[in-house]
Amino acid sequence: MPTENAPDSMYRDTEGLGIWEHRGKVAAVGIGISPTVRRWDETPETSVGAWTILAIRRAIEDAGISPDQVDGLVLTPETSTGVSWPSDRQIPEDFLKTFKGTDDPLDGIVKLSVDWILKNMPELKNIKFTMNAPICMSNACVVAAQAVGEGLTNTCLVVRGWHNLAGRYYVGQGAASGSTISGPGKWSTMWGTVACYTTAMIFEQHCRKYGKTHDMMAPFVVNEKRNGLLFPEGFWAQFRPENLSVEDYLASRWIAKPANLFDNDLPICISAAFVFTTAERAKDMKQNPVYILNHTRTRPKVRRVVPTLEDWQDGSDSTGRKLYEGAGITARDLSFENMYDGFTLFHVWHLEGLRYAGVQRGEGLDLFQTDISIEGPNPVSPSGGNAGSGRTRFWLHVDSIQQLQGRAGARQISKKAEIGVSGAYMPDMSYSLIWSATPD
Amino acid sequence: MPKQSPVPDELDKPFWDACNEERLVVQSCNSCDKLQHPPQPTCNECGSADNLEWRQVSGRGTIYGYAVMYDCPVTELAVDQPFNIAVVQLEEDSGINMLSHLPGTPVDEVPVGANVQVEFEITRATGQKVPEWRVVV
Repeated sequence: MPTENAPDSMYRDTEGLGIWEHRGKVAAVGIGISPTVRRWDETPETSVGAWTILAIRRAIEDAGISPDQVDGLVLTPETSTGVSWPSDRQIPEDFLKTFKGTDDPLDGIVKLSVDWILKNMPELKNIKFTMNAPICMSNACVVAAQAVGEGLTNTCLVVRGWHNLAGRYYVGQGAASGSTISGPGKWSTMWGTVACYTTAMIFEQHCRKYGKTHDMMAPFVVNEKRNGLLFPEGFWAQFRPENLSVEDYLASRWIAKPANLFDNDLPICISAAFVFTTAERAKDMKQNPVYILNHTRTRPKVRRVVPTLEDWQDGSDSTGRKLYEGAGITARDLSFENMYDGFTLFHVWHLEGLRYAGVQRGEGLDLFQTDISIEGPNPVSPSGGNAGSGRTRFWLHVDSIQQLQGRAGARQISKKAEIGVSGAYMPDMSYSLIWSATPD
Repeated sequence: MPKQSPVPDELDKPFWDACNEERLVVQSCNSCDKLQHPPQPTCNECGSADNLEWRQVSGRGTIYGYAVMYDCPVTELAVDQPFNIAVVQLEEDSGINMLSHLPGTPVDEVPVGANVQVEFEITRATGQKVPEWRVVV
């Protein structure tokens, strides 16, 4: 039976809900991350399915529990935002021989299902709760937190995998390839929009309105790369350990001006898994618990061909207000922030919505001109995000948990890590969480 | 600029048919008096499906913003890079927007806030006309 998507009732997406009823009663404990490569080499052992199994096993081991103690699994089933499997291409025989398949022959290659994972991980024999959380691991974290809080599961895996096949994302593929176009692309793709187009257009509007420039992004992107190179599991740290200079950033080619190459992230193959459990159960596990004080979802209110700057500012402001309300904290309580950065320009609105370090609308780029390093008073994205370690949408959560556990290694912020925030992905469409080293 | 030909479906056929007659129409909800675009099966505001109709608009608007495309995924357009993609807001409702290449406007010299007027461009593959926008001098 197919796993269902999380129902609306599991989300906190309106203001005025008060303190989250499970505040401090749910904790993240274990983390597992697979190896990474730029593209899949079509061997079974490096498929997204295989690496997801590996990440899950590592997370369970990291938490210091046995697989039979896990009773929940929340999965983001999509494993890419771009290149998929060509319809005329044969599925590698070795893959079919190595894994138990589902009704979908591409399961484990360019997508993942709960069914596929459970068929190929017989040690997960006590799973009673399963749910899909589409699009983003942030969604999966939110759903798992709520599920543990509600008692639907006691010890729950949160899982996300990524595949990356040969070829360029979107370019000359699908809706972009023909002389005719059908579907929603009639309103956008037909005009030649690349993925970062909307972000670039809104950023241009932002700079125009507040008297800022794209050059002001440079300190942030340089900082992202620096922090990413301190993430041993990251793609750049392992394969291209090169720092980025301000000059490199400013000299980079435009993709959709004002968004350049370094404002876009690099697709990679990788998987991650977390173990969430109750605060009570977490006390007996191997790692320090990181308590969840609140979670929230923000969705766009207005459906247009493209959103506006005002839509994104309203969305990110709403996220900030909801997060603080449900957690019972203020912006001043944050030790660090790890909001999404893929595209890097997103970070401006995420920061402003949180009022992080006191920034108001139109001031996010100004904060980037101050000390935003892990050593400074206002650490910005200590994870390095997608820009620093490759496209995953999960570095932000991994780092938030590790910062609060005190095991972020070379990325550990100098100030005491007490409360942090992470969330993704768009300013007006996001799933975010407040994490804490203590439950109250 | 040569564009892909949009293939109308049941929902948006009235929009594309009107384009072929050089008229610009958008969906309007009689119940809550709201315009919406792109076309949807129901009203974004009140959820009603029965009260949606097509309303002809003036074809006048203003430029909200733009970006310049340097690495376009669409094969048909790649040869024309770099080019403008502007967001045009309709005169009747600034909440309704459409994209435009702004024919006649030099690359990266987009007059944000300027008035624009719709015109209709024939696409090559099927001859379907699509709305384009030109700055009003």
